Amino acid sequence: MSVTATFKIDYHQFLDENGEAHSDLPGGKLPAFADNPADLVPLYRLMVLTRLFDAKAIALQRTGKLGTYASSLGHEATHVGIGAAMREEDCLAPMYREYGAQFYRGVKMSDVLLYWGGDERGNDFSVPSHDFSWCVPIATQCLHAAGAAVAFKYLRQPRVAVTVVGDGGTSEGQFYEAMNLAGAWKLPVVFVVSNNQWAISVPRSAQSAAQTLAQKAIAAGIPGVQVDGNDLIAVRWAMEEALERARKGDGPSMIEALTYRLSDHTTADDATRYRENAEVEEARRKEPLSRTRKFLEAQGVWDAKQQEALEAECAKQVDAAVAEYENTPVQAPEAIFDYMFANMPESLKQQRDQHVKEMNDG
Amino acid sequence: MAEVALVEAVTMALAWEMAHDDTVVVFGEDVGINGGVFRATAGLQEKFGKERVPDTPLAENMIAGMSVGMAAQGLKPVAEIQFMGFIYPVVDQMISHAGRMRTRTRGRLTCPMVLRAPYGGGIHAPEHHSESTEALFAHMPGIRVVIPSSPGRAYGLLLASIRDPDPVVFLEPKRIYRSYKEEVEDDGEELPLDMIYTLRDGTDITLVAWGAMIKETLEAGEELERQGVSAEVIDVATIYPLDMEGILESVERTGRCVIVHEAPRHCGVGAEIAAELAEKAFMHLLAPVRRVTGFDTVMPLFRMEKQYMPSTKRIVKTVLDVMAES
Ligand SMILES: Cc1ncc(C[n+]2csc(CCOP(=O)(O)OP(=O)(O)O)c2C)c(N)n1
Ligand SMILES: [Mg+2]
Repeated sequence: MSVTATFKIDYHQFLDENGEAHSDLPGGKLPAFADNPADLVPLYRLMVLTRLFDAKAIALQRTGKLGTYASSLGHEATHVGIGAAMREEDCLAPMYREYGAQFYRGVKMSDVLLYWGGDERGNDFSVPSHDFSWCVPIATQCLHAAGAAVAFKYLRQPRVAVTVVGDGGTSEGQFYEAMNLAGAWKLPVVFVVSNNQWAISVPRSAQSAAQTLAQKAIAAGIPGVQVDGNDLIAVRWAMEEALERARKGDGPSMIEALTYRLSDHTTADDATRYRENAEVEEARRKEPLSRTRKFLEAQGVWDAKQQEALEAECAKQVDAAVAEYENTPVQAPEAIFDYMFANMPESLKQQRDQHVKEMNDG
Repeated sequence: MAEVALVEAVTMALAWEMAHDDTVVVFGEDVGINGGVFRATAGLQEKFGKERVPDTPLAENMIAGMSVGMAAQGLKPVAEIQFMGFIYPVVDQMISHAGRMRTRTRGRLTCPMVLRAPYGGGIHAPEHHSESTEALFAHMPGIRVVIPSSPGRAYGLLLASIRDPDPVVFLEPKRIYRSYKEEVEDDGEELPLDMIYTLRDGTDITLVAWGAMIKETLEAGEELERQGVSAEVIDVATIYPLDMEGILESVERTGRCVIVHEAPRHCGVGAEIAAELAEKAFMHLLAPVRRVTGFDTVMPLFRMEKQYMPSTKRIVKTVLDVMAES
């Protein structure tokens, strides 16, 4: 017998759950972007904003002012880390809870509210105008990212497509199809598996017998790495490595970010039906915000007063977004029809005209 | 006899058949400890164990394809697709295999499988959670499509679907999952898979509907009564095969017909019924057959979904137009 191939999966963490930094990089140094800890402050601020926004969105849903909403509670480091590593011209194909990444890229909080409030205009981001919007059919977005990468390569644009898929989503055929294509064609795309341990009520262990999800990349012939998804520095570092690789023409990568869904799956779900509180509490100890804050405080670039001021400022911003959302009137009846085609078929025009007339007649 | 809601009748039928037929296996995403996102499989894993009620990995084409394999080799898979909006990956397995296994092998291998999925709008759900695409499946040769519109019919039709030796797509109108309860005897009695139900007798016009639209159609029947029009209301119940004989019998009597469905108008099941009426009831018709349907658009998100859904008012108005034409 001889061995034809062997594989390993690396795991990276820079900030542990107590906010203590250590590094396996040469010289024991933190990545360049974290050289000056003050540079991380804006990212921390966005993580806090995302969390406060999230709590507000859930409260709105509970009082009947928002539809079903998918919380990002606990995923903030993964999401903001993704956003911070990307360039403006890169393209994000998200699933449905990556608000931190989207806010970094310019999506407005009111956009998120409009979408979950049942208004298509939430998908009409003014910035980033080229990003895909939320993608509910699980894992279908992976192929869009691969296709976007084909376009960037074809058009000789130094851009990278990034997609996010859940641990559950890695069971879908389309996830494999996308990675396989990306590997075979050496596409500039980064696949992020947001492994939050649960797909609604189904635990990670029931999705796959694979020891890691990162190793699924190996079968597609592309590098796969695991990072602590609650560690902002690790996520951003791995993302930057992967983006750089892709931008240089060295092809796709996959990053498995290990995090935890601290919330119910969505506001329509009740996680106490299927998971133990002890597990959630254990995960809560590892959540991303407090460790980032501890780190920044220990570095002398953050303190309780700043925290207090930040929370007040975030509350104001969130309230303003809610007001914008609540003051957005319902679209005109013709909006149901007007975006179906560039050149509307006659039969559809007739349906539109009749509908508008009926609405006007009351 | 128990008073149950439609979704509970589904659970009851699943439990009955599992208790009486060891080859029935129920599976899907979140069907186990969670009992399904609508609780249609609540308690089944507890009762019958994980082997008979497993949560699957998240993959719909896998669910359909494994059902084909299981069914061909002696089991009766009853799989749940969490929402109809996520059913599209199954199209390949259903059209390429489930619907043609029997005919391909001249009866040597068969596919006694059921795919259940909640469908339809009107519950303020997010994107992809509100569509009605029954016509897609009705168009596939070799597949039965069944849509119950009451707890009793859900029970009897689901039992028949599981027992049927061929593939069945069983669509559950989720808007009326819990809208009312009725007495349903848990006696294992099935209902035929090719029969309409006349829910209201009338003499002036036949209203044909299915699923959650039965509610608005019956309401329209009552409103029309007040306005002096006697409307018969038919629940089609089995989209394929259609009980055209039953529909024809009614339309030949009333001479008029309006078909109501939530799905888009173009190539909807209403078009098939109208075509059948044009072929077979032309001489009995006193007025053109009309349809009240969803638009040929993407289902709007929920802020405007009410505008999309056929309303009682739209049905009444269409009927009055038809009456005025004859
Ligand atoms: C194709 C498809 N099937 C089923 C669903 C219903 N559904 C919505 S979210 C979800 C679980 C997703 O889990 P995971 O991929 O781990 O992402 P998470 O929500 O945990 O971030 C399911 C089954 C869907 N949206 N799309
Ligand atoms: Mg998950």
